[in-house]
Amino acid sequence: MNFKLSALAAATALALSPVTQAGEVEVLHYWTSGGEAASVNYLKDKLASEGVSWSDFAVAGGGGESAMTVLKSRAISGNPPTAAQIKGPSIQEWGELGFLASINDVAERDNWDELLPSVVSDVMKYNGEYVAAPVNVHRVNWLWANPEVFQKAGASIPTTWDDFLVQAQKLKDAGYIALAHGGQAWQDATVFEAVVLGVGGPEYYQQAFVESNIQALDSDTTRKVFETFGQLRQYIDTNSPGRDWNVATSMVINGEAGMQIMGDWAKGEFTVANKQPGTDYVCVAAPGTSGSFTFNVDSFAYFAQGDADKTSAQKAMASAILSTDFQEVFNLNKGSIPARLGMDRSAFDACAHASMDAFVSSSQTGGLVPSFAHGMAVSEAISGAIYDTATNYFNSTDSAEQGVQQLIAAISAAQ
Amino acid sequence: MTQSKQLMGRAFIYSLLLGFAIIYLAPLYVMLVTSFKDIEEIRTGNILALPNTLNFSAWSKAWSTACTGGDCHGLAPYFWNSIRIVVPSLVISTLIGALNGYVLAQWQFKGSNFLFGALLLGCFIPFQVILLPMAKLLAWVGLANTVPGLVSVHVIYGVAFTTLFFRNYYVAIPNELVRAARLDGAGFFAIFWHVFLPMSTPIFVVTVIWQFTQIWNDFLFGVVYSGPGTQPITVALNNLVNTSVGGKQYNVDMAAAIIAALPTLVVYLLAGKYFVRGLTAGAVKG
Amino acid sequence: MLRYLERSLPRLVLAPTAIAMFVCMYGFIAWTAGLSLTKSRMLPQWEFVGFDQYARLFANPRWHVALDNLLIFIALFIGISLVLGLLLAIFLDRKVRAEGTLRTIYLYPMAISFVVTGTAWKWILNPGLGIEKLVRDMGFSNFEFRWLVEQDMAIYTIVIAAVWQSSGFVMAMFLAGLRGVDESLIKAAQLDGASVIQTYWHVILPIMKPVFFGAVVILSHIAIKSFDLVQALTGGGPGYSSDLPANFMYTFAFSRAQMGLGAASAMVMLAGVLAILVPYLYSELRTKKV
Repeated sequence: MNFKLSALAAATALALSPVTQAGEVEVLHYWTSGGEAASVNYLKDKLASEGVSWSDFAVAGGGGESAMTVLKSRAISGNPPTAAQIKGPSIQEWGELGFLASINDVAERDNWDELLPSVVSDVMKYNGEYVAAPVNVHRVNWLWANPEVFQKAGASIPTTWDDFLVQAQKLKDAGYIALAHGGQAWQDATVFEAVVLGVGGPEYYQQAFVESNIQALDSDTTRKVFETFGQLRQYIDTNSPGRDWNVATSMVINGEAGMQIMGDWAKGEFTVANKQPGTDYVCVAAPGTSGSFTFNVDSFAYFAQGDADKTSAQKAMASAILSTDFQEVFNLNKGSIPARLGMDRSAFDACAHASMDAFVSSSQTGGLVPSFAHGMAVSEAISGAIYDTATNYFNSTDSAEQGVQQLIAAISAAQ
Repeated sequence: MTQSKQLMGRAFIYSLLLGFAIIYLAPLYVMLVTSFKDIEEIRTGNILALPNTLNFSAWSKAWSTACTGGDCHGLAPYFWNSIRIVVPSLVISTLIGALNGYVLAQWQFKGSNFLFGALLLGCFIPFQVILLPMAKLLAWVGLANTVPGLVSVHVIYGVAFTTLFFRNYYVAIPNELVRAARLDGAGFFAIFWHVFLPMSTPIFVVTVIWQFTQIWNDFLFGVVYSGPGTQPITVALNNLVNTSVGGKQYNVDMAAAIIAALPTLVVYLLAGKYFVRGLTAGAVKG
Repeated sequence: MLRYLERSLPRLVLAPTAIAMFVCMYGFIAWTAGLSLTKSRMLPQWEFVGFDQYARLFANPRWHVALDNLLIFIALFIGISLVLGLLLAIFLDRKVRAEGTLRTIYLYPMAISFVVTGTAWKWILNPGLGIEKLVRDMGFSNFEFRWLVEQDMAIYTIVIAAVWQSSGFVMAMFLAGLRGVDESLIKAAQLDGASVIQTYWHVILPIMKPVFFGAVVILSHIAIKSFDLVQALTGGGPGYSSDLPANFMYTFAFSRAQMGLGAASAMVMLAGVLAILVPYLYSELRTKKV
């Protein structure tokens, strides 16, 4: 009943709306929880005020796994949604298959080329034309720590991976769980990624995990990466498999665990628990990655539609996404930083400021790298291969050498 | 057998049955008590402990205000969507199954057994396999992402089972019945209508329970072949339970899970008796 | 003409089902078979590469884990469900009180979707929240029950949840079967001096062969489709140690953009099922009307 009423209300509002621009966007996305849903609603209302109605198609779960299944079935039946939450190299794959619509005229009108950093705009373009609009930039390589726990254990916050192992041991000896972790494949991959970047540096990261260069992979650096990664096994608790990431974050919040390696979305958990950055919790770059930035950009790609109304609605949506007010609201909710440059940063907190500074500085030093754990660096097939190897290695007692060989085999097979 | 020995035997049987009953009930119990607790109580307390107070807020939230994406109307709208999907799928697949079963059991022709075997095997196809070709087929007939499209999918893959149930039930009925009716001049449908349908209540109950459960609980077809605004409750439940930000609301999750399971639970409670009876009628005599 | 129509009515009635079956089951299986011979990645592309995908499939360690798990799962799930279902049915059939209530209790899990089942069991089996914590809180501080988080044991938790869900249905089928057994046969056996157990073993169980058949068909159907349960209970973890082929197939076809490989895995899975079921179905359907 509720639903009918609100639909009716929306329809009336639409009919009464003075704006001439009409049309509907049907949006397939996988943001269904608290802050994310609120952000989606903000965009929905903003579009409604422009006379564009929003038909919501949310499918949560598995980092968009179910949503992508829906998208593929709908694409194959010639009935794709107007916009879908897709990111990274997948945008290129959809472009190659000829499904995406150019929104270049909006991008030109709104000056996207100047507003967006080139690492972001490159991902949004297929064949030189914009086909997607970026919502945010996440930094993945964060270390979240509980300073009180560190103080009690007499440990200091680690800045390199070698140091991490020393400090983690101190935490462990003091009876804490050193590293809060959730044993799900993507979380294993997130930690693995931080180790790769911290041990190997951005250049190695780029060659081995972005370009999938087998020679770079078959190296002592990779061996060292696996060795370090393997040593982390002893610093997590045995109940971790299957744990959600936010449960792991709450272990840091309530002082059960010392630290967690997780992207900036973890901040939302601290905020909800009324914790202040700097005093109640600390956000620093993951060990050995202070000059680097692994980015993860969420975006909406636009699917070609036969209908002119839908096309104009698409463009209205793309334009709304890049607006300063949406970027601010969304990113405050999500913990990330705006995808567009030159925004007022006063509303954001210290962690976000650090992230913004690192984003700019790392883009000049070459430390800005795409996150493979979050589908930004390589094709789904290759990132899947890395996931499998990382999660299997982390949950086994395999040696570093076995890890390296498994990784090389898996990546070669996926190419 | 002595008196005490027999008593021991009874005690053994009862304790075993009761023990299993407790194990079977445990998950439902945990879900139920959790749905009435607040988050603090869940975090600190024991999962088996009764709630301090009967707190219905999680229930009302799950039903009418929880967010399942851009919409925050709870499970309610999806509940009705599911009804709209289940009822036609159920009716059509059951009727087709009844007719098919009637033919396969009483009007066998050359190859009818083969068809039956093929149908039985066909239902072992993993549903993930058919997602894409089915999407293509639905688009081709113009039913992509519509309720009729989704209903057709449920009917097509449900008919194998409904046919199986009815065939096994009707096969136990002696062929002479059909022969006698034909001598009286009754035709194919008349015999079905006047002779077979009246004695089919038990197997209808079995089939309806089975199909209702299958279709109501389906997620994969529901998520892939529904359109915006017509998604079934399992999709909404999945969206609700899969929250990743801002702390898990276990109580709302559990309340939502029970709401989503409620119709099937009610069906089992009300019709469970007939279920065994219906199975009995066709079970052994074949 | 009319007579002809009358005579072909049975065929006409079955025709829609037959057509739907050949298109939507066997047609789609053929489509998948074709797909498994292509290099399809994100979406189907009909560029044939022979049996490459099958070679890749069997070179993938995760596939072997999934296959082994399927064998464990099918054997234990069907075996335990049958034994437990039969046991409960036999006991319920011994004229117990409150039979109706008990029956409903055993049966209700069937009404609940795998997603709900998974969510509830995930909690109960979680060492930090569920049984282990409970028993430890009761004072047995060394108690361990942590299958859910152990790489070698996680698959067994899936067996537990699946048995819990389906054994009640098997119970109902057996109970129905027991109710259909002719009393005089039992009396006769008892007159011959057979014990209760002997009567069940030699007289009653053989009569119930068709019930076994029905139960096995339904249980294997459920087993092969236990995709949601894995997804909801373990997510395939720890690592990928509790993956089943259906999950492997879904992951590779839909979220790993390796549709050809996914199709190949589906074909292997299907071939395995058919290799076991065809002879079984054939013998059952031939010897006796089921």
